[in-house]
Amino acid sequence: MAGEQGRYTGPLVDCDVHNALPSDDALHPYMPADWRSRRDSLTYLPTAFRDVRENLGDRSYIGAEYPRPTKRASRVDAWPPGGGAPASDLAFAQAQLLDAWNISYAVLNPLLGIGEMLNLELAAVMARAANDWLADQWLDRDSRLRASIVVAYEDPPTAAAEIDRVARDPRFVQVLVLSRMIEPMGRRRYWPIYEACERNGLALGVHNGGWGGHPITPAGYPSYYLEDAAAMAGAFQAQVGSLICEGVLQHFPGLRIVLIEGGFAWIPALMWRLDRAWRMLGAEVPAVDRPPSQLIRERFWVSTQPMEEPEHPAQFHELLDQLQMTDRIMFSTDYPHWDFDAPNQALPARLTADQQRKILHENAAALYGLPTPADAAATGD
Amino acid sequence: MCATSELPPGARRIVEVDGRSIGVFNVAGDYLAIRNRCPHQGGPLCEGVQVGELTSDLPGDYEYSRPGEMIRCPWHGWEFDLRTGASWFDPARRRVRSYKVEVVPGGELEASPPRPGLQPGPYTAETVPVTVEGAYVVLELAPSGN
Repeated sequence: MAGEQGRYTGPLVDCDVHNALPSDDALHPYMPADWRSRRDSLTYLPTAFRDVRENLGDRSYIGAEYPRPTKRASRVDAWPPGGGAPASDLAFAQAQLLDAWNISYAVLNPLLGIGEMLNLELAAVMARAANDWLADQWLDRDSRLRASIVVAYEDPPTAAAEIDRVARDPRFVQVLVLSRMIEPMGRRRYWPIYEACERNGLALGVHNGGWGGHPITPAGYPSYYLEDAAAMAGAFQAQVGSLICEGVLQHFPGLRIVLIEGGFAWIPALMWRLDRAWRMLGAEVPAVDRPPSQLIRERFWVSTQPMEEPEHPAQFHELLDQLQMTDRIMFSTDYPHWDFDAPNQALPARLTADQQRKILHENAAALYGLPTPADAAATGD
Repeated sequence: MCATSELPPGARRIVEVDGRSIGVFNVAGDYLAIRNRCPHQGGPLCEGVQVGELTSDLPGDYEYSRPGEMIRCPWHGWEFDLRTGASWFDPARRRVRSYKVEVVPGGELEASPPRPGLQPGPYTAETVPVTVEGAYVVLELAPSGN
């Protein structure tokens, strides 16, 4: 299924990298002293893949804690030789990802288990610490890195204030939320986040996962992680419908939304179904003033990994033809996770030079405002 | 490739031969070799975890056999049979190259015709007297016939 994209030698942007905390107390230097001491007593465990979720501080609704095929859901070869979790060691991540694949820019989407915390005060402090940690330990140390802002998204006004604080640093290019939150994303309680994204010119990144208390599939809780991994598009489809029908895209005309790690082969069918429903039932949602398919093509972006792999490579071209979103597809590796996509192997069919350039570089560079590597070198960035 | 004592049961070595990275495994005394490159996305297949073959005739009825004879790619978990290179999910069509491995007594190794990449024994150290004995693991690049 994999096809060599050997002809493409241009700049490469990786839109989904999951850097991790090197230790349980790595955020302590970035937290106020009173919270450091309170957090010690809460024995908070910092990652989404923690073994125990019963401690007071990190309690959330249930969600995506299905056992993964590998420890910390990571490539077996991604554990830094010097210790620590996969992608917690910048030097090793540079060698294994950025240098190995000659990546020009990578967007960090740290999944730290903060946004879904129900202790909203602690979540706000942790989000603030995480953003300062990102700037200090990652963005300051490699000019190829960009990052998503970590927010306590179940407390939208606080999240919006944090977005305003962090957005002054242009290396933060996006706000990160998960695909299963407590309510559907279009609901008004989340609008302060969208307003802040628009106000600061930031994309909204919706990453697969979440602890909103809802079953992983619309049919309930499945038995196996395989089902979770294969059925994750369901939540994304519901969120696209919610964002459109609630009128979010009309209220925030500058809002740009990136669906990360959700695939995209399902989008044509969703567009057809939403358009059909809108023609019949549009009076129910009068704010939706044009076909949903048009709104999707105008306002949504998608990342590649883990994209669907059609049975026959030619079917990938049919999919691109149905989507009409070649300007919206952005390459991602999902490093260091176990389902990592290798940049020269992942795209399932031989693409034209134009398609490769857009998917591997130009679409992300345009969305996130990334200078071309040549420009960056000239300005000493 | 190495002396048999350097590749005991349960051990593996990844060697570079003519620009190919190849993993050689000692599975309970059998020497097995496959290419260290997953046909899926090029992951370092031979750095993965060795597992057994898990089959099921009915839900809830599982049979675990041939421990250590399958390897799971460290990237995406595709499994391959170390004996044949055949994948677990599509053994007829998706496979990784496998190689023949033989164990040759040290004395014969020196007398055998030269082979690419092979360092003929006996190995000698500066001050230690060495006798020609024991057996050596020899990796052949020709297809194993599987």
